Amino acid sequence: MRIAVLVKQVPDSDDVQMDETTGTMVREGVGAIINPLDLNALEAALDLKRNRGALVSVFSMGPPRTEEALREALSLGADEAHLVSDKAFAGGDTWATALTLAAALRKTGPWDMILAGEKATDGETGQVGPETAALLDVPCSTYVSEMEMGDDSVMVTRSVEDGLERQRLPLPCLLTVLRSLNEPSMPTLSGKKRGRRAKLPVMNADSLDISPEGAGLKGSATRVVKVFYPSLTRDGARYSGKDLDEGVNRLVEELQSRALIQRGERS
Amino acid sequence: MTFGSANGPLLILGEVRGGVISGVTWELTGKARQLADEVDREVVLLLMSNGFKNDPAGDGYRGADRVIDVRHPSLDLFNQEVQAKVLLEVLRNEQPSMVLAPATSSGRTVMPIAAAGAKTGLTADCTWLEIEAETGLLLQTRPAIGGNVMATIRTPDHLPQMATVRPRTFAPPEPDPDRKADVEKPLLPDECFESRVEALGFTPHEEDAVNIQDMDVVVAGGKGLQKAESFSMLRELAALLKGGVGASRVAVDNRWIGYPHQVGLSGKVVAPRVYIAAGISGSVQHMAGMQTSEYVVAINKDPEAPIFKTADLALCGDLFDIVPRIIAAVRRAKEEVR
Repeated sequence: MRIAVLVKQVPDSDDVQMDETTGTMVREGVGAIINPLDLNALEAALDLKRNRGALVSVFSMGPPRTEEALREALSLGADEAHLVSDKAFAGGDTWATALTLAAALRKTGPWDMILAGEKATDGETGQVGPETAALLDVPCSTYVSEMEMGDDSVMVTRSVEDGLERQRLPLPCLLTVLRSLNEPSMPTLSGKKRGRRAKLPVMNADSLDISPEGAGLKGSATRVVKVFYPSLTRDGARYSGKDLDEGVNRLVEELQSRALIQRGERS
Repeated sequence: MTFGSANGPLLILGEVRGGVISGVTWELTGKARQLADEVDREVVLLLMSNGFKNDPAGDGYRGADRVIDVRHPSLDLFNQEVQAKVLLEVLRNEQPSMVLAPATSSGRTVMPIAAAGAKTGLTADCTWLEIEAETGLLLQTRPAIGGNVMATIRTPDHLPQMATVRPRTFAPPEPDPDRKADVEKPLLPDECFESRVEALGFTPHEEDAVNIQDMDVVVAGGKGLQKAESFSMLRELAALLKGGVGASRVAVDNRWIGYPHQVGLSGKVVAPRVYIAAGISGSVQHMAGMQTSEYVVAINKDPEAPIFKTADLALCGDLFDIVPRIIAAVRRAKEEVR
């Protein structure tokens, strides 16, 4: 079977600045990692490869430095990696990103399964997966915490707010996964060597036949109009040392005033 | 084919689970009512179900002018493909200007499928919505990059303007049985209810895994607890207050407590009446998950801990000393005879 894994390179901390004119993230000069949930998606693909044989191909859209993430995926055991990169792709919203990824997947397909993390730690939208599935007209499931492969279908467990949902999807399909799905493996020394040496084909707007107006910031349906820093300040009363008992009493009063402690109640 | 128009109604994708309308649905109808009044539009509520446990008409649908009540056996268990098809069909019929859905596991799955089908934009996880006076467009504000910044987003040239809204962001209006909404039960093409996805079953979480988002009191612990066993102290306090136990990402990553307890941008967003944070320094990521709580109590030995800035009551000292004192004080208060 042929499996495509979508990965995103994300900043390795929350300490990222925004470009106030475009409202997009400034990624230069910040350490970058593979989005952690995408590693669970990759592990699921590698697991299928180990158990029943599969070609695992990794795709990532981003600037040229995204190559690092793809080489890391190769060192973990992916068979091939595609860098989807073009200046015209920069600054895209989830819709424009899904359009571009769908074009890349169509060009290299057909795929039996497409896997991705449920969301990325930077944008946290979780939208690119389902949008890509809709554009490719394949069924998709999200929040996948367990999967069991059948012959031409896959059983999944979705871990949602109030419980566990079980679904069966035919192949081909797209799944976005949670970290409870598996434990991502570490790269081996030989894997690292392979990752460094592998060829990385680049797909750009030309090779994907995407007009610059239909991708990136220009092709986006949404526009960031403003970014601002939230104010979190409350600066309430502070108690320490010998005043702590007074602080504790204050808390009890606040709870009582909200009827959260019922007097005379046995406990 | 178009799926929206600039002067169309505001459409709310309601959430129905197990025949019960989720509370977040009313948070959205309430906010939509307020927005719709500013631009003189209708609020249309779409409910997809296989029937309701209680008649939902009793409370006046809290702000909706019209209700589109779609019932079908294929909507009994959550099926993203059926819901997305029905939503698209309703978009074709209603041509709304804006579509709002809860940013829950279901809304966050159905909306992107439908938005891509309608070739329009979608903003995830909004925490504020308003109408831009000059343009009448929906301004969609959401946290970005771990809650470090807020971004306000517009969908200028695509319709409908679509957004998912984080639960517990807007207060639901009170039920008003005197208010009447027109309830329509449209006959949709059979094709809408056919799905490649087969929904096989649902296992609800057990009682003790209660959702901390529904609690009036959340007692949360972080790195300062140092080990899994320390959480028993927080469980004791939470039980006394009929509340739930929350945790920071560090505590969950260290496996001191399970992921359903995680509060923060990568966990749950809670807004209890009282939030007690013990041994949590207050990363932006954590605070994004609790900053709208009514009253915040922080317990930390580091006087510089950022959480103190967002706390209404700061108890600076050793949590292993302070938490037992709180437990004792709450017990005393409970045992006092009137």
